[in-house]
Formats: sequence, structure tokens, C-alpha cells
Amino acid sequence: MSTDSTKLAFNDGWQYAPAPESTDHIQIDDHYGLFINGEFVAPEIDRYFESINPATEKPLSNIALASEKDVDRAVKAARKAYTGVWSKMSGADRGKYLFRIARIMQERAREFATIESLDGGKPIRESRDIDIPLAAAHFFYYAGWADKLEYAFPARTPVSLGVVGQIIPWNFPLLMAAWKIAPALACGNTVVLKPAETTSLTAMKLAEVFRDAGLPPGVVNIVTGAGPTGAAIVNHLDVNKVAFTGSTEVGKIIQRSLAGTDKKYTLELGGKAANIIFADAAIDEAVEGIVNGIFFNQGHVCCAGSRLLVQESVADEVVRKLRDRMETLIIGDPLDKNTDIGAINSAGQLETIESYLSIGQAEGAEMYQSDCSVPDQGYWCRPTIFTGVSQSNRIVQEEIFGPVLAIQTFRTLEEGLTKANNTPYGLSGGVWTDKGSKVFKMTQKIRAGVIWANTFNKFDPTSPFGGYKESGVGREGGMHGLGAYLKLEA
Amino acid sequence: MAETRIPVAKTYKIYLGGKFPRTESGRYFPLNAADGTVIANMCRGSRKDFRNSVVAARSAFAGWSASTAYLRGQILYRIAEMLEGRNEQFVSELVLQGISKRKAVKEVEASIDRLIYYAGWSDKYQQIFSSVNPVSSSHFNFSVLEPTGVVGILAPENSSLLGLVSNIAPVIVGGNTCVVLASESLPLCAISFAEVLHASDVPGGVVNLLTGFKDELRDQFASHMDVNAVVFCDGDAEISKIIQEKAADNVKHVISRRDQDWSSEMSQNPYLISETQETKTTWHPIGS
Repeated sequence: MSTDSTKLAFNDGWQYAPAPESTDHIQIDDHYGLFINGEFVAPEIDRYFESINPATEKPLSNIALASEKDVDRAVKAARKAYTGVWSKMSGADRGKYLFRIARIMQERAREFATIESLDGGKPIRESRDIDIPLAAAHFFYYAGWADKLEYAFPARTPVSLGVVGQIIPWNFPLLMAAWKIAPALACGNTVVLKPAETTSLTAMKLAEVFRDAGLPPGVVNIVTGAGPTGAAIVNHLDVNKVAFTGSTEVGKIIQRSLAGTDKKYTLELGGKAANIIFADAAIDEAVEGIVNGIFFNQGHVCCAGSRLLVQESVADEVVRKLRDRMETLIIGDPLDKNTDIGAINSAGQLETIESYLSIGQAEGAEMYQSDCSVPDQGYWCRPTIFTGVSQSNRIVQEEIFGPVLAIQTFRTLEEGLTKANNTPYGLSGGVWTDKGSKVFKMTQKIRAGVIWANTFNKFDPTSPFGGYKESGVGREGGMHGLGAYLKLEA
Repeated sequence: MAETRIPVAKTYKIYLGGKFPRTESGRYFPLNAADGTVIANMCRGSRKDFRNSVVAARSAFAGWSASTAYLRGQILYRIAEMLEGRNEQFVSELVLQGISKRKAVKEVEASIDRLIYYAGWSDKYQQIFSSVNPVSSSHFNFSVLEPTGVVGILAPENSSLLGLVSNIAPVIVGGNTCVVLASESLPLCAISFAEVLHASDVPGGVVNLLTGFKDELRDQFASHMDVNAVVFCDGDAEISKIIQEKAADNVKHVISRRDQDWSSEMSQNPYLISETQETKTTWHPIGS
């Protein structure tokens, strides 16, 4: 190992003692049923699938596989709760339930964080400091909206939609559940939610929170399973709105299958964000931004800064500093508080990422991976960068959803901008420069829904999120996120 | 005894990239009056015309979307002025297409007023729909609207001028560019309206107007990969389904304005502008 590439790690002079989060305070049941009408029930057909720990490949629990009939049961419960209770309740009272849910989530935060890292593979530092607090904050934020909706829409009366079907991804399991459920309930809808099949556990724990908060039965129903369960929600005739977060490919299938129906929909789909570094940027900060942009949550982030566009005059410096910084990243046990990069969420996703590593090399790009060790068991991918890539390369155009960065250079602002906008996606983007007027020029011209200037991968319940172009339809979060769950009457 | 003057008949062409070419296909369809006489041979626009229009609209997008709200408002107002000046021409075209003089006068007046209504929104809708977001970290965070891009508009079949204006105005006042398929049975006003646009400092390519058959071109509007949103105003459930299915090819926004009464006050509001807008959220650290 060269001295250069380890100098930020003090030439291995400092060792990290393991600092694992304990698991003795959590309880994971052997089997989880479906959460329908306020209680955990067995699936209609006795079928369960394993949820495994991607860091050890060992099973954690068995999750019920919901059939079309189970989904129908859940939708019926949601409809009954909508007509009987929730749509009649005052906004203030709905808000009180949401506040209560937020509080219980805060109380149980450590348990949630631990289970999230066990089930999904993300570093405990991230689940503890980002996922779980943000999830609670979403409930807290939308709780306050429940009795103030008419202030958000001038000259209109907002009206709830009815039963909302929600399908969420595996990269931020609890956060996505909160992101979807909180505004739906605040706006007076009832919910049938399906977590991703590799990460159902915190959703089942969230169901316990709903139960303990005394949320009326049927207001939120959680059905577990894979694609067919999701399709049963999307295609159910008594669902009024579908909210989906996931890949663009599946998003298109959903948009197609909703054609000809009156169902509203919001789609939060894939991305291929450009993180653009100008020569006048604070380079060390920018390097931190690049690392956070692509290696946060193993790169399992739809808005990840998966393309680096760096101005030619500083390209060598940026890449050198980035490589140095990559060498300091610790990959390993998600429960260890020293860990920077956890496990890849599933064997399937690891396979996808690895196929892109081959594609990138076959396309002629030069691959560089950090030198860190990885555990023997589990699914792992070292932080990876590609240089010498061109705009038409698949690793530039397609979402990889892993810790893989494609690096390109540019000379002029216009060139950087053209390259940034030249993909079918438009979810997010990043700009690094110390010049204010350039910040605004770039943030205005990047065709994407979320732009981070001199920062990256920041999230907040008050901040609307969602994509341009093939990255989706609609916004979630903030005041704008209410519109997705209401119809406006004159 | 004075001879009767032979009037000069108008040739109706399409409006593409700020020019008035004939359809590249060389095809036409006759527009007949109630008594069966031919009023005009309209261009039967082709898929190629549509694709060319999208290219023109995309080229015009950068400039138009970057123009100031004030300028867009002035240009919309100018369109209204030009329409007012040509009031009688539009009334006579509407009458020629088969409605009463009284109704025609009303429709032209309503169209002019609608343009002024949206001209006034140009520098205000942002203020209604934007927000500064109080994030719990040391960042300045704000959300603004930006135009979604190129919008395909299948104009309403039963409203020659007012329906056309009511759909174009909210799209372009928000900085989008568009490709419009005029009413198939009432197409005259659309092409004359293109002349009004042309004389109103609307940059070429911002509005492209085709005449032709909906059944032939509808799918193109829905499926074209460089169109960001499709607005449609007619069609049964089956047609609506097909449009939405094809729109999914590139995750288009699909905006259905079926069964809308375009003469109603409810057919003009800033929410119609927001339907072809994207919300962009920007973060910047607060520090030293």
C-alpha cells in the first residue's frame, strides 16, 4: 500500500477498536403476520419468506407473503376506516394521533435504528442519526398540517382522496414509510402500505407503534411481499391513489397499469445525479461532498451523486484527494459505530452492482477501488470510482444504486451543464463553487428537482423532494407534498 | 355597373418553428361549410411534422424558459392586443365554421380576456406556489416552480379559439414551449391565431400549431420521448387509457381536461399553470 493513499489514515498508525451497537434490547419475532385492521393476522395462505441480515446472510425472521386476497382484506379495512372514522374525524384530532406516533417513534428510536441496520445493512450511524430521527420528524411535521390544510391552497377546498396504496423501497425502509404515511394520514386518507421484501421489519415495528398509539383500526394497514403483492395494491379497484418509490423501470409499469383509471399517482423514481465541482470550489469540502454523495448508504440512494463532473484544471487534485479519502472509509459490520459503509442490501443488488463494474471496465473506463478489507460473510462492495468514462457509457447513463462513481471532466460551465443534463433522469444535482452567481446559474439550469449547492444528500420533512423527466411525477415532503394526497375543490 | 370583386381566399398552413410551411407530407383535408362548399384545404399534418415541431419547441425552450416573467407577461398581453385588433376576422371565421354571430363575438372576447388574465399571472404564480422551507439544519432551503419543458396539447374539439387559447396560455406563461394539434373540425382559428402569435413577439418555436387528424397524431403526442407533458381535452375512456399508457414510456405528465366548459370562469386559474410546472428545491449551507 502506498504511503500516499494511506496518509489520511495516519499510515495505519491508528486502529479503531470495534464499537458495536448491542442487540440485546431489541426483539424480533420468529414470524410476522400482516397488519390489517389494527391487528397482526396470518396470511390467507400459509406462506412466509425469510428476511435475512445482509451482513451475515443469516435469517432474522419470517415475513408473511400477502396474496391478492390479503391485499383485498387490507383495502377493505382501509375503506371501512376511511368512511367510518378517519374521514369524519377533525383535522386537529388526526394531528393528535400523528403527534403521538412521532413521540413513540422517538422513544423507540434506538430499537428502530438497530433493527434497520440489521435488516437492511446500513451503518448504525446513519440509521441512528438520519433514518430514524427523520422518520419521526416527518410525522411531527405533517401532524401540524392536519388541521391547517386550507391554508396551503388559496381559493380551494382540499378534500381527502380515500384509500391510498403505497409501495416503498428497501434503501430507507422506515423513513420511506414515514414519508408516505404521514402526509397521507394528515390529509385524511387511509393507507395500505407494502414495504420492500428485503426490509419489512421496521414496518412491522411501526405497526406496533400505530397500535400502541391507539390509531383507529384500519387507518394504516401493512401488507408484506414482493412485486405481485405490490401489483395487487396498484390494480385494486377500490384504491384511489398510488404512491410509489422505486426504480424507473417499475415506475413505468405502474404508470401504464394505472392508465384508464381515475387513480391519482406520485412516482419517485431513479436518478443519476451529477455532482459538479468547479475549480473555484473549496476542494476539501467538495471531496467530502463527493464521498457523502455517492457512498452514503452504500450508494443505495435514488438521489446519489453518482456522476462526478469536475472542472479539468482541478481534476487531478480532486481525484487524488478522493482516492486518499476513500482509503479511510471503513467497510464492514453495519452495527459498528466506526463503520462508514455497510452491507449491500441483498445478493441480487450486489449482483447488479457487480455487473456494472464489469460493464464499466468493458466500456474502457478505468476502475479504482479502495483497498479496505471486507468481511467473508455477507454482501459487500468496496467504494469504487471510474475515470476515463464518456457520456454515452452505460455507467454514466444508468442508475447503478451502489457505491460506484463515474467521473468525467469539463472545461466550461456550459459543457458541465450539458453533461449534467444529458441523461433521462432529473432527480437531483450538486454544485460546488465559491462564487454565488455561479451557484444560482447552475442551480437554475440543472434540470432536476433537488439541487444541493456546496452540500449534498440533505433531507428534511419541510423540504419538497421529487424528480424531473424520468425521475418521477409529483413531490413529497413540505407543503408541496400535501398536494399528492388531496383533491382541490372550488 | 361595378363588377363584383373576386375575393382572395386564404391558404391555411401550419405554424412550425416560427414559420408557416405546408405539411411536409403534402397531404390535405377539405374543411366544408354547412352547405357542403369547401372553405379551405387544411394541412393534414404528419408524424414528421410533429417530430419537427418537437425539435423546434425543444430548441426554443432554453430561451423562453430563461426569459423574465415580466417579458412573458408583456408578450401574452401583446397577443391579446393583436387578437383584439383582429377581432372581426376571428368572429367571421367562427361564423364560417357554423356558430352564431352572437356566440362568436362572445368567444373572441372571452379569448382576449383569458390572455390578459394569464398575462397578469406571469410574475405572480411563483409567489403563490413557492416556499422557503425551515429545515432543521444550517441551510437556506427554498422551492420554486420551473417549467416542465415541451408540452404536447391536443386542443379541445368543440372550442375553436377559446379552448385553444385557454390551453396554450397557462403553458407558455409558465415558460414551457408547446406543440398543439388544433381542433380537427374547427381548425380555422388556430392557424389565424398562429399569425397573431407571430405578430406578438412570441419567439419562433415557443408555440407550434398543427392541423390534422387526431386519430393519426394522438399516439405521437403521448409517446414522443422528448415531450415532457401531454394535455388532452377530448376522447372516451379508451382513448384516455391509450394516451396514459404511451405517456409512461418516458414518465410524462398526463393532464386530462376532458369535459371542461371553456367559457366558465373555472377554466382559468393558476393551478392550471402549476400543472405543467416542476417544483425545484435548492439547498445551500449557511456559514462563513
